[in-house]
Amino acid sequence: MSGSRLEAVDCPSVADLACRSRKAKLRLLQMHFESGVGHLGGNLSSLDLLLAIYHDILTSDDQFVLSKGHSAGALYVALWSVGRLTDDDLKQFHRDGTRMSAHPPAQGIEDVLFATGSLGHGVGLAAGLAMGRRFQRRPGRAICLTSDGEWNEGSMWEALIFAKHQDLNNQVIIVDENGLQGFGSTTEVANIAPLADKFRAFGCTTLQINGHDQMALIEAMETRPEEGPLVIVAKTIKGSGVSFMENRMEWHYLPMTAAQYESACVEVANT
Amino acid sequence: MRQAFCDSMVREQSREDFVFLTGDLGFKALEPLREAIHDRFINAGVAEQNMVSVAAGLARQGFRAWTYSIAPFMFARPFEQIRNDVCLHRLPVIMVGNGGGYGYGVMGATHHAIEDYGVLLTLNGLDALIPAFDSDFTTLIPSLFTTQRPTYLRLGLEEKPKDWTAPPFAPWRKLVSGQAGTLIAVGPIAGSVWASCMERPEETRPNLWCLSQLPVADLPEELWRDISQTPRLVIAEEHVATGSAGSAIALKLARMGGVTSQFRHVTALGYPSGLYGSQKFHRAECGLAPASLLAAFDDKAAL
Ligand SMILES: [Mg+2]
Repeated sequence: MSGSRLEAVDCPSVADLACRSRKAKLRLLQMHFESGVGHLGGNLSSLDLLLAIYHDILTSDDQFVLSKGHSAGALYVALWSVGRLTDDDLKQFHRDGTRMSAHPPAQGIEDVLFATGSLGHGVGLAAGLAMGRRFQRRPGRAICLTSDGEWNEGSMWEALIFAKHQDLNNQVIIVDENGLQGFGSTTEVANIAPLADKFRAFGCTTLQINGHDQMALIEAMETRPEEGPLVIVAKTIKGSGVSFMENRMEWHYLPMTAAQYESACVEVANT
Repeated sequence: MRQAFCDSMVREQSREDFVFLTGDLGFKALEPLREAIHDRFINAGVAEQNMVSVAAGLARQGFRAWTYSIAPFMFARPFEQIRNDVCLHRLPVIMVGNGGGYGYGVMGATHHAIEDYGVLLTLNGLDALIPAFDSDFTTLIPSLFTTQRPTYLRLGLEEKPKDWTAPPFAPWRKLVSGQAGTLIAVGPIAGSVWASCMERPEETRPNLWCLSQLPVADLPEELWRDISQTPRLVIAEEHVATGSAGSAIALKLARMGGVTSQFRHVTALGYPSGLYGSQKFHRAECGLAPASLLAAFDDKAAL
């Protein structure tokens, strides 16, 4: 069964990025299957980014905001992967009386600073955190992860203009560019591709990476531009790692059947 | 009132946790504050949604964050940011809306805020303050630097006779004693009817109470006595009836078993004639002019 498949993934070291990714993917699938819920696509596109963020990037000086709140599942699994949430916690995902709601909660999880889920809030929230750190002369950065569809929201551009104008060089905006959004692809719905050029046009130092290459994000985060904020556009695949989910709209929403769950686990475990 | 507000804010300049954000408004009013707190005075641009998110981020970082715009742009445009970013996290961001009600007069409907506190008070844990007098700020501002609650501060104009001294700020204040009933006025309107009340003989003069804080605090005993002893009660506010202070007071009275038989609630009605004018013009159209409010206490006036 799939539970034992998870246990069978024995990562000798957390520095084995592929192994910890595989293990986290299995845990994410298990959590969604046990809770009978969807939203897997966007969670799988963000998972590698979140693993790199929580394992290797965030220090005790940094703060993180998940602007794409619908990837809370991946956030919870990343927190599980670094030992900040337990298996018992993940079992509560989507249940009655849980802290682990489908979008990050306003209270109850220490590592979650803000309830998000309505798109377009995270960059401004992180700008406030970054600005506060600057006033307090504290080191560290405010890092936020956005979706690509989220850049349809006007408030995102308000926040980008603000962060640039205030020169928040202690803020990093990471974009999970999976090319899909609520009811179509980003190019079909409201095409602003190439997104990275838009950030450059606003004057932001903008890097483009493969969002499933954790090392690429770790290295990109070492960039310290003189003027802020730093933007990292991470090209990802919605449903990454499970071929029948990859780049397919329906996996933004659908829960898995038992057979689908089994086949997803087999594929992930053998990658 | 904005001047008095600014003066009181300047007095807090030495606080290290003080940050003030404006949505690009405050020209010829907030310059002294900008001079006083330097880089802690942030013009966030014409971007109210982001301004509120940034303020929430600052508050999360331990700052006392204030946001400022004209009232409609402070409560309506960034409503979701107030709801999600500020109120869900119970962050003590102080949101200042200048010119509440019909305060911006002939600027037109987009610049009015006749639904502001009603809308905001649907949010759990939020306070709305409607000061009536310039002197209110001397105690109000320091208290807002220690509140733990998200707060909306509606600014208007002081409307009392210049040389009269108002009692210190309190949620409920009695300004006038009379025998003809009770008039509860929300914020500056209390000042606008104060002199007209005093011109009347005691028999046709109402008790005048000023309400400046919402949600409505428990009725002071003296107010309860005033309402119980004379059946006539008028509540006046520059706000639509839905979500109003009047509704909340009526509910309190119902719970206390004190529903009065002679009750009039005078509220903002929008734009009955479809025409625009000064704040005074709009108030008059809604029956909020002092003479109309006091006519309810004439001997034979039927409510
Ligand atoms: Mg997307």
